[in-house]
Amino acid sequence: MNHTLSVLVENKPGVLTRVASLFARRGFNIDSLAVGTTDDPTLSRMTIVVSAEDTPIEQITKQLHKLINVIKIQDLDPKDMIDRELVLYKINAAPERRHEIIEIANVFRAKIVDVGRNSLTIEATGTTDKLAAMEDLLRAYGIKELARTGKIALARGSRDS
Amino acid sequence: MRMSAAEALVKSLQAEGTEVVFGYPGGVVLPIFDALYEAEGVRTILTRHEQGATHAADGYARVTGKPGVVIVTSGPGAANTVTGIANAYMDSVPLVVVTGQVATHVLGTDAFQETDITGITIPITKHNYLLDDPADLPDVMAEAFHIATTGRPGPVLVDIPVDIARGELTYKRPERLNLPGYKPTVKGHAKQIHQAATLIARARKPLLYVGGGVLASEGWRELKELAELMQLPVVTTLMGKGAFPEDHHLFVGMPGMHGGKFTNYAITETDLLLGVGVRFDDRVTGKLAAFATKAKVVHIDVDPAEIGKNRSVDVPIVGDARTVLAAITAELRKMNAEPRTDAWMRVIDDWRARYPFHYHPSTDTIMPEYAVERVRELTADRPTVFTTEVGQNQMWSCQYLRLREPRTWVSSGGLGTMGFGLPAAIGAQLGRPDHLVIDIAGDGSIQMNSQELATAAINGLPVKVVILNNGYLGMVRQWQELFYEKRYSSSTLPQDCPDFVKLAEAYGAFGVRATRPEELDAALTAAFDHDGPAVVDVRVEREENVFPMVAPGGSIDEMLGGIPGGPVSEMLDGELLEEVWE
Repeated sequence: MNHTLSVLVENKPGVLTRVASLFARRGFNIDSLAVGTTDDPTLSRMTIVVSAEDTPIEQITKQLHKLINVIKIQDLDPKDMIDRELVLYKINAAPERRHEIIEIANVFRAKIVDVGRNSLTIEATGTTDKLAAMEDLLRAYGIKELARTGKIALARGSRDS
Repeated sequence: MRMSAAEALVKSLQAEGTEVVFGYPGGVVLPIFDALYEAEGVRTILTRHEQGATHAADGYARVTGKPGVVIVTSGPGAANTVTGIANAYMDSVPLVVVTGQVATHVLGTDAFQETDITGITIPITKHNYLLDDPADLPDVMAEAFHIATTGRPGPVLVDIPVDIARGELTYKRPERLNLPGYKPTVKGHAKQIHQAATLIARARKPLLYVGGGVLASEGWRELKELAELMQLPVVTTLMGKGAFPEDHHLFVGMPGMHGGKFTNYAITETDLLLGVGVRFDDRVTGKLAAFATKAKVVHIDVDPAEIGKNRSVDVPIVGDARTVLAAITAELRKMNAEPRTDAWMRVIDDWRARYPFHYHPSTDTIMPEYAVERVRELTADRPTVFTTEVGQNQMWSCQYLRLREPRTWVSSGGLGTMGFGLPAAIGAQLGRPDHLVIDIAGDGSIQMNSQELATAAINGLPVKVVILNNGYLGMVRQWQELFYEKRYSSSTLPQDCPDFVKLAEAYGAFGVRATRPEELDAALTAAFDHDGPAVVDVRVEREENVFPMVAPGGSIDEMLGGIPGGPVSEMLDGELLEEVWE
């Protein structure tokens, strides 16, 4: 099962290494990882997606807590979180097929951000499911390159106290 | 006051009350050693190897409860501390290890004697720092000491590039630490404590299973109080040895692979296992699925990650062992709980009487168990600290010594580091100058750090090394005998190479040999009474095995060797148990 961990850490050198190596050491593969500073520049938020059963995830969460630079960890409830990912697709697009591709982009509320002689670059944001569906359709045209940010997520506002 | 970071480091050590530093100088750490040269109140012990320095600091920490401090140079110096740091990490021993580092402008260029020691030690330190601004030194050192000694203790490493060590700052001892992500829980949850007390009050066959956490939290008085109030039998793990007096009628030995049969039977039969500062290590539990299956489990530990890690728990209590033990006792007093373990203790006493440790005495050769027994008897009226190496010597020490005092047992538990005992004894002797300090060694492991005999001799540290010399890596040979068809691959050592008596003498220590049982007492006494370091080369029976033994991966109530007796289900005295089960 996929878990989305939202980890608040001190913004210091080496923190990413500590977190990433902890996962590796305990035999977990990180599916996606996104890091950036928060409104407080001394803190960063890491959003980590990892596939694991509940018991090992509890153990890794406890181990993460032991890192001195880790301040807070939330294992976000998929039913109660907002999650987004940003993907750039560079698609094979001969001039006569551009139109179809642009239509697909529109359906998914994605943007064309670059046009080449034989390619289109699309910027899309959304949930993992939506992006997967879109990728599926785009694959038919040939994906030349793809880059994704990794998922970022926050708990919904209803959980605020 | 302006000073260099190296001088500020010494100031920080003095502020933390550091009396001894173990170390070894080298190029980039010279500014720090220069500052140590005339440091008031801080004695620097030069070991002969950085691993020795780290183990010595570890031994010092275990007998004093104070953090051990190590200062070494970059590159090989830092790398040589790795085994010692890993050892301290596994056994939760507070160390502050300061390493020199190449200058910041060449960091990452593979400069001479550069190694990424913070990178290397991430998995084996509680935390580490690479200092990049001299002004941060007072804060970093204060944090390092705080982190090393609080919560679950452990090693902290501070890497200081040489230009940073020379850089200037205005020293001011920090008043407050800025560690937003570090808040160890000390007090247990009141509801959980109440629940634990209720279970204790009701249990028929309770058992305290006690580990290093009780020693780390200095909770031995609270442990004894609880055990005596409710007449709870106590087993202590290898790490917990000394937390409970081993001559106490409630003491039920050490559990696990080479523990007592009576101890493992008690664990298998208990209905309430009270784990205090333990981690359900595989050497204790054997096959987890068969471990204490009849018991409800209360687990007290300051490290939440230990709770439920190996064994599911009925009542988890995160907190400092001492504080929680005191709270449970108070709760039981409030409940006017009465001890009800009389019949259970009779069952245990019956097992203890039927399945003691035993060996076949000999009048021709010195049995290793006999040698440990003689060490025990000859030190019975002297305050003694025992360190061990790793292997058979360590297991026989566990089985045949009788510890009477906390913090007098220094043994490498989690990592099982050969070569630990002698340097650890040196550290222990510095921490306990009034104690006799004895390293029970094997002929294999003593050779891993025997160069530290020089450290002992030069610094006038009268440690005693008792080598159970069987001419084998004994535990390896035992496993090869039992599980590898006696194919003694790379486990044979000539008993007379080196000549340990001459080796001792080469360092200016006293050396003596015993080859026959009747020579043993005189040799041991001469060594113990000698006013300097001494080595006793005890030529023991070569192929003696440590028994009883749980086969790797086996259930702990099914032990090989020892006094015959099957799994606990067949061994119970029917009549007594009926009383317990009534």
